[in-house]
Amino acid sequence: MFVRGLKRKCFDGEEDIEGTLAGIKAIPSYNLQRQSLLDMSLVKLQLCHMLVEPNLCRSVLIANTVRQIQEEMTQDGTWQMINTQSTGQASLDRLVSTDILCRSSREQAEGKHVPGYSTFNKDFEGDQARDSSETMSTAFSVQAPRNLQSNVWEMETSQENKGNFQKSLDQIFETLENKSPNSVEDLFSEVDNSYYDLDTMLTGMMGNTKMGHCDGLETFSSPTTTTSNSNCKSDLNELDHIVEILVES
Amino acid sequence: SADIISTVEFNHTGELLATGDKGGRVVIFQREPESKNEPYNQGEYNVYSTFQSHEPEFDYLKSLEIEEKINKIKWLPQQNAAHSLLSTNDKTIKLWKITERDKRPEGYNLKDEEGKLKDLSTVTSLQVPVLKPMDLMVEVTPRRIFANGHTYHVNSISVNSDCETYMSADDLRINLWHLAITDRSFNIVDIKPANMEDLTEVITASEFHPHHCNLFVYSSSKGSLRLCDMRASALCDKHSKLYEEPEDPSNRSFFSEIISSVSDVKFSHSGRYMLTRDYLTVKVWDLNMETKPVETYQVHDYLRSKLCSLYENDCIFDKFECAWNGSDSVIMTGAYNNFFRMFDRNTKRDVTLEASRESSKPRAILKPRRVCVGGKRRKDDISVDSLDFTKKILHTAWHPTENIIAIAATNNLYIFQDKVNSEMH
Repeated sequence: MFVRGLKRKCFDGEEDIEGTLAGIKAIPSYNLQRQSLLDMSLVKLQLCHMLVEPNLCRSVLIANTVRQIQEEMTQDGTWQMINTQSTGQASLDRLVSTDILCRSSREQAEGKHVPGYSTFNKDFEGDQARDSSETMSTAFSVQAPRNLQSNVWEMETSQENKGNFQKSLDQIFETLENKSPNSVEDLFSEVDNSYYDLDTMLTGMMGNTKMGHCDGLETFSSPTTTTSNSNCKSDLNELDHIVEILVES
Repeated sequence: SADIISTVEFNHTGELLATGDKGGRVVIFQREPESKNEPYNQGEYNVYSTFQSHEPEFDYLKSLEIEEKINKIKWLPQQNAAHSLLSTNDKTIKLWKITERDKRPEGYNLKDEEGKLKDLSTVTSLQVPVLKPMDLMVEVTPRRIFANGHTYHVNSISVNSDCETYMSADDLRINLWHLAITDRSFNIVDIKPANMEDLTEVITASEFHPHHCNLFVYSSSKGSLRLCDMRASALCDKHSKLYEEPEDPSNRSFFSEIISSVSDVKFSHSGRYMLTRDYLTVKVWDLNMETKPVETYQVHDYLRSKLCSLYENDCIFDKFECAWNGSDSVIMTGAYNNFFRMFDRNTKRDVTLEASRESSKPRAILKPRRVCVGGKRRKDDISVDSLDFTKKILHTAWHPTENIIAIAATNNLYIFQDKVNSEMH
């Protein structure tokens, strides 16, 4: 039942990590596991969407965990560093077994970082205390082509996933609290919502945020892809919006 | 899998034991009366009645199935020859009346034995029908259906000590019902935020105080308890008392909140204490002390270093129940590997027992089990990594006055009796 052969001790033992900021080896380990936990949590939330009637308590607890991780990542200023570190790693460190879901969420997580790139870049480079800034600069050059490749991958899989995601989106839409105008409405404007009373809605609890996830998966493509995307700009704005919600800034 | 037991509950005398399962069925067991010939051979429980309480439904508006799984059963105090209980699935609560029939009238003038109308020309004299004994028949009828009260999933029901009202709680709201009125209920707690994006906390369990009909408690996914007084206001969003233990900073992790979520809350029989279960511990709270529990017992602390894996396989979201014995001196809760734990509040001793066919032959004495965490390993110890996490004991119940316990292990029900110490201490 437990995953065997884990390279690192599960990072529940946080006490080992705190206070060893100077040790470069320790930081990537903790950050990688934290990233892994974030990815796993996002996948779990997506799975919530696909279930017939998601367990609200479980969804809320997972969402809170995601928020906690995002907050800590923001505070650390390691948002960007995590992004580059994780691109190099194979799914060995991923605790989620389903490869497609795992990658989709990873792409999504990476994708979300892209618009935030410029925002966090500043904080990061300004932070003298971190020796890892050196690693960062070399990683930057790796980032761009990597992203291209990963997005091509995502394009390929998005076709096959589209069927699944479309179904889950339909379900999500039926439970969505459709009250605040945003690009989500534009995408689904053809469906009539007059039936739905707020109180008969199920857990669109992270309403916009959840839509944001799936939105990111469905429509997100990096600026470097050749796919014509008329609402590319709105996607980026929406991703900012998502980042904003998750980070509670 | 429709046989998986989802709830277990003794009635107020302990004579009856009800179980609900995932397939919407309720099975009631009755304790055989003690035999005069063998005074030390206490009665065993046999099946008394089985009925289909809930059926799967389809919510056409949301295109979602409503599961027929019975989440909770609560007995009403017995007021006449009949027994009554409330059973609920995610959305609908039903009141069932259980009656016995052991006599039937015979000798009607107009009908024959099979109930067909007689040919009047054959009737030459009048007779008075008499009641004659028949084989015992247990009849179960639905007397009330309390529907459309909940948008979210019902997790608890609790009968008030006034015997006239009861409450039902879902993830975000608690409703108060009158047992005789099905077309309306009063909302007494509502924690739904105006914007669902702001939702960070849900209701996990709730219960009425055993003696004070105006008091009830509800627990949350953030590990807090709220005691509410219905006399204070109609909508009890503001608690009278908030019970919360400050977080232990040395044990903090990303899973701290999840493992602090309270999965069950039970008042003691005395009404002085509350028992809560979270993922790793059971805690006893004094109603007069809001700052921290008076007692904390570790159920399976060896899982603390495995939380990441338990999060991955979703076990961390398992909702274990807890129970008091009749004298409030011992508390019990389930764990994994079909283990369940008991804690004696007076002696501070605890024991781990297993509910399994191999170790539970009739009249056999349960052998205490031990989980070893590494290091010295005794014979018969189980190592943490060998624990079977699919075998979880979520539902347990304790007889109200005697040392008899009911343990639900997936689709098996175990009933254990302490023959040596049948009296409560």
